[in-house]
Order: sequence, then structure tokens, then C-alpha cells
Amino acid sequence: MNSPNLFLWLIPLLPLVGAAVNGFFGRSFSKKTVAGVALLFSGAAFLLALRVLLSLASLTFPYVEPGISWIRSGTFHVNFAFYLDQLSLVMLMVVTGVGFLIHIYSVGYMWDDDGFYRFFSYLNLFMFFMLMLILANNYLVMFIGWEGVGLASYLLIGFYFLKDSAAAAGKKAFITNRIGDFGFLIALFLMIQHFGSLDYQKVFAIVSQLPAETVTTGVLTAIGILLMVGAAGKSAQLPLYVWLPDAMEGPTPVSALIHAATMVTAGVYMVARSHAIFDRAPTALLVVAIVGTLTALFAATIGIAQTDIKKVLAYSTVSQLGYMFMACGVAAYSAGIFHLMTHAFFKGLLFLASGSVIHALSGEQDMRQMGGLRKKIPWTFWTMFAGTVAIAGIPPFAGFWSKDEILWRAYSQGPSKIIWALGLLTAFITSFYMFRLLFMTFFGEYRGKLESGEHGHDSHGHDSGHGHGGIHESPALMLVPLVILAILSVGGGFINAPKFLAPVFQTEAIASGAEAHALTATGVADEAADKSTEFRLQLSSVGVALLGAFLAWVLYLKSPHLPGQIADSLGGLYRTVSNKYYVDEFYNLVLIAPLIAMSRNWLWKGIDQGFIDTVINDSAEATGDAGGALRRMQSGNLRSYAAWLTAGAAVVLAYMVWLGVH
Amino acid sequence: MVPLSYYLVLSAILFACGVMGFLLKRNIITIFMSIELMLNAVNLSFVAFASQWHALSGQIFVFFVMVVAAAEAAVGLAIIISVYRTRDTLNVDRVNLLKL
Repeated sequence: MNSPNLFLWLIPLLPLVGAAVNGFFGRSFSKKTVAGVALLFSGAAFLLALRVLLSLASLTFPYVEPGISWIRSGTFHVNFAFYLDQLSLVMLMVVTGVGFLIHIYSVGYMWDDDGFYRFFSYLNLFMFFMLMLILANNYLVMFIGWEGVGLASYLLIGFYFLKDSAAAAGKKAFITNRIGDFGFLIALFLMIQHFGSLDYQKVFAIVSQLPAETVTTGVLTAIGILLMVGAAGKSAQLPLYVWLPDAMEGPTPVSALIHAATMVTAGVYMVARSHAIFDRAPTALLVVAIVGTLTALFAATIGIAQTDIKKVLAYSTVSQLGYMFMACGVAAYSAGIFHLMTHAFFKGLLFLASGSVIHALSGEQDMRQMGGLRKKIPWTFWTMFAGTVAIAGIPPFAGFWSKDEILWRAYSQGPSKIIWALGLLTAFITSFYMFRLLFMTFFGEYRGKLESGEHGHDSHGHDSGHGHGGIHESPALMLVPLVILAILSVGGGFINAPKFLAPVFQTEAIASGAEAHALTATGVADEAADKSTEFRLQLSSVGVALLGAFLAWVLYLKSPHLPGQIADSLGGLYRTVSNKYYVDEFYNLVLIAPLIAMSRNWLWKGIDQGFIDTVINDSAEATGDAGGALRRMQSGNLRSYAAWLTAGAAVVLAYMVWLGVH
Repeated sequence: MVPLSYYLVLSAILFACGVMGFLLKRNIITIFMSIELMLNAVNLSFVAFASQWHALSGQIFVFFVMVVAAAEAAVGLAIIISVYRTRDTLNVDRVNLLKL
């Protein structure tokens, strides 16, 4: 079938134009113009993506749009070409759709901020790089997007760069990501060395000819694990997750767009995209599964004890990303991407709603200063309620379907039931801390200082500039995206993403044969037998979700004095959890402090000052001394020049005479 | 006939006088004349050799030296006059603008 021209190259380019226009000229624009430009270009990208979706029927996947040649070196070619299949299409819709909604929301949220044009320029720049990452035809162009979103993330985390903590958080995110990128780069080098190409189609064609690696050492295993290192950095997995909670220093829409819905899921996308490699490297896949499962559980437990509303959501994001990797790790890529999609809806929603709460409270982020907001900001409450129920996994909300899919796959095709058990435990904790957040924020008595109607000028937190009035509902510009995302959070689970995505992951499986069973998963033969198991699993996951919600209700609504008592009786354990297991402190002690000490004592004082500076300074001094000595010859006295001349002539003459004698 | 060595010794003495004058005198005119003395000392040895070996080229070369000396005298004297006009002195030690 003849595919229509989709103008894929225009989709990333439009936000780039928006970023350039706002970045270069935004300073002199009015806020309305800035917002208009940003919305126009991100909206146009969304419409183009929508056009792609609508022409779905006439498309043959994968659709490759030949781009311009970039690198040509011998047999190694890299093109700026674009690649579209079901996987990138899902990502495309999520990024442009959620991205556009968050753009709208940001207009309301950032209206009073001085850096308005700067914010939208960065936000559009982020969209450009993210779309490059998704639509790339090869790993190198993906890497451009990969690095670019890191840059945009850095710029936006440090958006309030006058604040030390924001600047530090930006640097932390950037540097932590570098560690992951290092792994990614090495993986790319290995691909070039062994496959001679970075094109998805060429690499996967070569890989699918290879047998699965059963031994622990092999090229595919190495590539897989290194890719996972990259994904762990970008998607905030153990042990590189530490940057994401700090990234909450950025404005809340940024947390929603970059650090919840899109950028942090790039790692999941990359692993799913490279499934051909992971399918043939069971060890790498096992690493993915273990990292994902542990991260999910680990981050969820930290989430219990956080009091900052955005920090809870940040750890929740880390935890949910762990779920996605868990899914990829049991070769249920489509379930992982499905969860990625629903997560983009409900976590984007939760962040935006939390931003609305913060906005309402003039910058307050501490949940201990909230409570009873249900009546005061009903729209925010109801949308946040939808998001909470969705993430907790209560049917029929979106999170239930995707999380259940993951747990079911983990149970049925995972290497061990432990993964499923830990996943279920995480689901319970997730439900608990999310309802804790909901109850602490919207129920009970208001515990803050800000009175309704009173002007609050003591805006804590960083989103200062919102101190215009008492507790107030957000403007419609912010509520509309909330409502749309809430609808998606409610109904997003009915989009049958796994079935839609199946062709991407299935063709490979059939080719390799051995994994066919694992990948088609619900093999037709034992489907009937699986049904009852699946139903029991669904019951159990709903059960733990409700149990978590109930526990949160008991602890934070019925008898609010209990959590304090429990925390007291747990003592050290509670302090450890509420201090995030001292991971930051541990990294400081083991990695950062020695690194700084080594840099200071050896590299700076030893090599730089001791060796390089000494050599340079000494040679400069020697040159100066030699010049000073020779300068005496150039006295400016005519007769001394004549004397030198004569002396020289005499020497030459003497030499000639000496030659003549001998 | 006067032996060649006599001419050469005289030439050497004249050249040495020229060198000493060039190095020791301060007056530009004297220095200038010392240069002429050196040139003519060389000329003397040229013609002495030319006559000794019956070779014409030595004599022709002397004419070249004279021409160059004449041109040099024209240019040199012009410079000396302008130096005197601008600095009111002919002492080379006082002509030291380029000195550090």
C-alpha cells in the first residue's frame, strides 16, 4: 500500500521554530504573544501527530521517511531519517498530546513569572528534542534527542537559577545523566563495531539472525546492559535515580511534562525499541527486571515518609518507572509502554493538580500545612482524585489496566514469582502513599496559616510569585488541561495499547522462534487456563489497592495521631526512610567526597599546579631570562654594534686562517 | 719592483687604521672618512694583486668600489647634514633614539 507523506520531519521542527522565536525575540514580546507562539507551534506539532494517527489505516509499518545524510564514512552511514511504527506512534501521541496540554496549563501557571518567554522557549526546545528522540531512525539521532532532553531538563530544573538549590539540582540531574549516557555511548560503539550500523532496521535485522545468548558474556548482553545503564540514568532507576526527586526544584509544569510524563520514560522507550537485542540477551533482560522491580519497591517505600507533595509524586514516578522496566524485564514490552502511556496521563495530571494546589496555597508545598482543601478547590480535588484512583490501580481507571497487565505478565512469564510478589507489594504501597497524599491535602482540617480571602505574602517554596490572594481555585487555563487529563486517566485504560503494539514486538519473536512463546505471552492454547489465574491476580491487585487506600484512611483520617506514634515506635527505621535511606549521604561519602578530594589534592594541587603550572611558568621564566641576557647586546650604541661586527669578522677571519694552516 | 707584500702590509695598516677610527671616533664625519679609508685599503690590495698577476679584473673591481663609494658618499653626506640639522650635533653617541 502506498503510504501518504506524513511530514514527520516537520513534527520536531515546529517546536524548534517556536523555541527559536521565543528564545531570540521573546524578551520584547508581550506575554500573550509569547504564549501564542509557544501554543501555536506545540499545537501544530500535535495536529500533525493527530494527522498521522488519522491516516493510520493507510499506513504500512514501519514507515521510514528518508532524511538528509549526516555522516558518511566508508560503509558507515547515518541519516537524519525518521522512523514510525506503532511504538513511536504511541510515544508521539503521548508527547505531543500531553505536551500540548501542559503548555496550555503553563500559560496559567507561569503567568506571573518574569522568565515567561524563557520558560516557553525551553519548553518548546524540550518538545523538539523529545520528538527527535522518538522519531529517530537510528540510535545516533536518538542520542541527539537523548542529550537534548537532558539539556532542556537541566535548563528547566535550574529555571529559578538564582536559588542555589535549584542550580545544584540542575547540575545533579545533568551529571547523573552523564553517567548513564556513558553507558549508552559505549553500547553505540559496540553496535558500530559489531553490526557496522546504527540504523534500527539494519541492527535489528542483523541481531535477529543471531541466536539467543545463553552464556553470561556476549556482545548482545554487553550492549543490553550498557543500554540499561543509559536508561537507568535517564529514567531514574537504581542506582542513578537520585536526581529525579531533586529535579522537583523546577516549576511544576516541568515536573509534570519532563520529569513524569515524557523525558523520564525515554529509557523505557529505548529498552522497548531495542527489544530485539534484549530478547537475545536473557542476562541483560534479567538485569532490567531486577533493577525495575527493586526501584519500584525502593522508591515506593521512600514515598511513604515524604511530606513535600511534589517529592511524594517524584518518588512515585521513580517507582512507576520501575514498574515499566519490570514489564520490559519480563519481555512484556507492550505492557511497559501501555503503563508508560497511562502513567503519562495520570502522573501528568497528578503533578499539574499538585501545581494547582501549590498555586492555590501561594507556593506552599508541605502537606503538613495543607488539609481540608476539598471544598475550597473542588476542581483540583476531583481531578486529583481521579489521578490518585488511577495510579492506585482501582478499576476501571487507567492505572488498573496497565498495572494489572504488568503484574499478570510478571506472574505468567517472569523468571521468578518474586518479581510479581514485589510488584504486588509495591502496588499496595503505591495505593497507600497516594491516598495518604490525597487525605493529607484535601481532607481533614486545614493546618496551614493561609486564610481564605487573606493575602498571603509568606510564600514558602520556590514557586513564589503566586502570592496573590488566599486559597483560590486556579484559572480555567489551568483547569481545562486538568479535566482533559482526568478524563484520559479515567478512560485511558480502555485503549488497547498492548494489542496495538503487539506487531512491533511480535514479528521479532516469530523470527527468533525460541522467544515466540514468551512474547506472544497469552499463547492461544493455554489462554483458557490462564484466564482464571488472570482473574485471581486482578482480584489480588485490586485487593491490595483497596487495602492501601483503607490503611491510609485509617491512619490519616480516622485517627491522625496514629502515624506519629507509629513513626515514634519505629524510631530509627522511620528516620532512615524519611531521610531517603541516606542514599544521597552515602553517595556523598563514597563517591562525591573522594572525587572532590582527589580532584583537589591530586589533579588540582598535584598535577595542575605542581606539574603543568611549574613547567609552563619555568619555561616562560627561562625564556625571559635568556631575553634579558641577550638584550644587553642591543645597546642602541652605534659603535658597540660596529665593535660586534668587527669582532665577528675577526672570528671568521681567524677561522679561515686556521683552516688555511691546517 | 716593489714586492707584493709591501703593498699588502700597507693595505692592512690602512685598513686597521680605518677600523680603529670607525670604532673609536665619535664624529660622524670622521667615521665616514674611516669607512673610505677601509675601502681604499681594500682597493690598494686589489690593484696590487692585479698588477702582480697581470689580471685586469682586480682593476675593474676597483672602479666598482669607487662608484659605490661615491654613491655612498652622496647618500651618507646627505644623511649627515640632515642629522646635523635636526640634532645640532655630529656625535654618534648622541644619536641614540632607538636605544633602550
